[in-house]
Amino acid sequence: MAGHFADLYRSRALLATLVLRELRARYRGSFLGFLWSFLNPLLLMLVYALVFSIYLRVPMQGYAVFLFSGLLPWLWFSSSLGHAAGVIVGSGALVKRILFPAEVLPVVSVLANLINMLLSLPLLFGFLIVFGIRPHGVLLFLPILIVLQLLLTTGLALALAALNVHLRDVEQILTNGLTLLFFLSPILYPVSTVPTTLHLGSTMEVPLRPLYFLNPIAGLVQSYQNIFFFGREPHWIHLGTVSVCAVLALLGGWWVFDRLRDSLAEEV
Amino acid sequence: MSGAAALPDIAISLRDVSKRFRLYRGRHVSTVKDLFVRLMVGQGGPGLFSGEELWALRDVSLELGRGRMIGIVGSNGSGKSTLLKVLGGILKPTTGQVSVRGRVSALIELGAGFHPEFTGRENVYINGVLLGLSRAEIRARFDDIVAFAGLEAFVDSPVKTYSSGMYMRLGFAIAVTVDPDVLLIDEVLAVGDEAFQHRCVGKIQEFKAAGKTIVLVSHDLGSIERLCDEAVWLDGGRLQAHGEAREVVSRYLDHVAREEARALGVEHTRAEAAARTGTGARWGTREVELTRVQMSGGDGHERYLFETGERCTVHLAYRAHRPVEDPVFGVGIFRKDGICCYGTNTAVEGLTFGKVDGEGVVTMDIERLDLVEGDYLVDVAVHARDGHPYDYHSRLYAFAVRSRVRDTGVARLSHRWRLQPGGGDGA
Repeated sequence: MAGHFADLYRSRALLATLVLRELRARYRGSFLGFLWSFLNPLLLMLVYALVFSIYLRVPMQGYAVFLFSGLLPWLWFSSSLGHAAGVIVGSGALVKRILFPAEVLPVVSVLANLINMLLSLPLLFGFLIVFGIRPHGVLLFLPILIVLQLLLTTGLALALAALNVHLRDVEQILTNGLTLLFFLSPILYPVSTVPTTLHLGSTMEVPLRPLYFLNPIAGLVQSYQNIFFFGREPHWIHLGTVSVCAVLALLGGWWVFDRLRDSLAEEV
Repeated sequence: MSGAAALPDIAISLRDVSKRFRLYRGRHVSTVKDLFVRLMVGQGGPGLFSGEELWALRDVSLELGRGRMIGIVGSNGSGKSTLLKVLGGILKPTTGQVSVRGRVSALIELGAGFHPEFTGRENVYINGVLLGLSRAEIRARFDDIVAFAGLEAFVDSPVKTYSSGMYMRLGFAIAVTVDPDVLLIDEVLAVGDEAFQHRCVGKIQEFKAAGKTIVLVSHDLGSIERLCDEAVWLDGGRLQAHGEAREVVSRYLDHVAREEARALGVEHTRAEAAARTGTGARWGTREVELTRVQMSGGDGHERYLFETGERCTVHLAYRAHRPVEDPVFGVGIFRKDGICCYGTNTAVEGLTFGKVDGEGVVTMDIERLDLVEGDYLVDVAVHARDGHPYDYHSRLYAFAVRSRVRDTGVARLSHRWRLQPGGGDGA
C-alpha cells in the first residue's frame, strides 16, 4: 500500500491539475458559478430543518446547525462515491487513449469533494457562532476525522470506479446504498434517540446500539457532531472502528483496482 | 537489423504478442460471474470467460530499430491500432512480451482529454500534465505549442468553439512537445489543412533527424512510402510482412488488388443479373441485345480493378434477333459523381460493321487506361445509326482504378517533368 501512495505522490501534479479542472468544470457556464457549492448544502439543510424541526417538531435546540455539522461530511462522502463510480466509464476517452495512472480519477473525485466541503466549513462556523456555540478545543480532532474519512472514502471510491467498468449495475446499487446509509447514520437525528436495546416480543432483546455503530459512517458522523456541535471529544471506540474500516477499505480498494487495472482500457 | 550485434539499437521489441478481446452481444458489458472470475484469477485464466473472442493480434514478433521510421499498413480491423496501443502501454498483451525503450508518446487520438468548456490555454496545461509534462515544462513551451498550432488568436476561447481542425492541431502541438524517444502516430497526418500537414511532416522529419523512433499507422500508403524506412503489414492480427517500406507497401497493394478484384467480380455479376432481368437502367427495343458485358486486363483475364496506365479491354457480347444494318456500339465511362470521363462509339469513329445477325462479340481495346484513382461506372449501348436504341445499359457496370500516385483530376495526361538548371536566356 505504501507503494500505491508513493505512486499517487508522484502523480501529484496530475492530481492537482485534475482536481482543479473538476472544481472549475463543475460550475462553469452557470450564472452563480462557485456559489453553488455553498448553496447546495445550504438549501438541503434548510429543507431538512423545515421538515424535522417545524413539521415533525424534533425537540432540539439548534437543530439546523446540528444537522449541518453532520450533513457536510456526509455530502463529501456520498458525492465522492457517486462521482467516483462513474468516473472511469465517463473518462473513456482518456483511459483508452492516453497512458496514465487511471487510479488518479477516483482519487480526484474524493479530493475535489473534500475541497468543496472545506470551503463550506466557514459557513458552518458562521452558523455555530450565530447559534451561540463557541468553537471548542476538540476541533483539533477535525484533521484526524478528515484523514480517516479521506482514507475510507478513497478505498471505496477505487473499488467502485473499477467495478463499475465491468458491471454498470454498481452505480445503481450505490445510489440505493447511499440512500439507506443516509438514514442509518445519525444525520437527521441525534444518536441519543436510537434505543440501546430493541425488545422483540417479551423474551428477545436485541442490542441495537452496537449494531447501529457497525456502520462506520454512523461513528464518523457522530464524531463530527461531537466536535462541531456538542463540544465533546469523539468516542475512541468510534475512531477505532472508522480507522479499521478505512484500512480495510483501502486494502480492498487497491486490491480490486489492481486486479482490474489492465482490463480498464478494453472494457470502458 | 539482424543478429545479436544490432541488439543495443533495438528500440521496440515484441515477442509472440497476442491480444484477445471479448465481444459482447447487446449492451450488457459483463456478468457478475465474469467479474468474480476476473477478480479471483486476475488477468490470466484464458477460456474462463464466456462470450465470443476476437484475436486482434496473433503471435506478432517484431524488432524495430532505434531511429527508424516504421509504417504499419493493413486493412481496417487488421490490428494496426491495437498494435499501437500495445506499444504505447495502453493495452496489455494477453500473451507475449513487449519492450519499448525510452519515453513513449502516443498520438492515438489527438485532444483526448480536452474539456470543451475550458479555454485552449487551460486545456494545454491539463493535456500536457496528462501526457506527463510538468507545469513548468508546459509554461516554458506554451508559446511554441500555441504558435505551432497556429491558434494565437483563440487560445483564450473555450475549445468547444474550435473547429475540429483547430482541435486536432492543438492536440498534435501538445503531443509533440512531450519530446519522446518513441513516437506512435495513428492516422493524424490526415488532419488540418495543407499548411498544417506540411508542418506535421516537418516536425516528423525533425524527430527522425534527432534519432527518435517513429511508428506510423496510416491508410495513406503514399506517405508511408515517402516517409518511412520500413513497413509492417498486418492482416487479421498476424504479421504478413516486415521490411523495406516500398516493398511491403507493394505486396500489400497486390493483396488489396486481389481482394478488391474478387469483390468487384461479385458486384459485376450482380449488375449483370440486374441487366438480364430488366431492372436498373436498361432500355431499348432489343432487336440487338447486349447479352454480356465484361472487362479484362492485359493478360486477358476478367477483372474490374486496374492500375492507372494498364491495358484494359471491354467485351460486348451481342445477339441480333433479326438481321440489322450497321448497328452502332458505344461505351461511356463515368465517374460516380456523373462526370463523363470518356465516351465513344463505332459511328463517331467512322467504323461500320455492315449487316449483323446472330451472336458475336465486340471488343474495345484500351491500350492505356489513363484514369486517375477512383471508382467508375460504365454505360454500354447498341443502337441504330439514327440513334434509335436497341439495347442501352446505363451505369450497370462498375470498375475501379488504383494508383500509387496521388494525382487528381480525371485522367492522367502522359507527361514528363524536367528541370533545367541555370539562367533562362543562355548567358
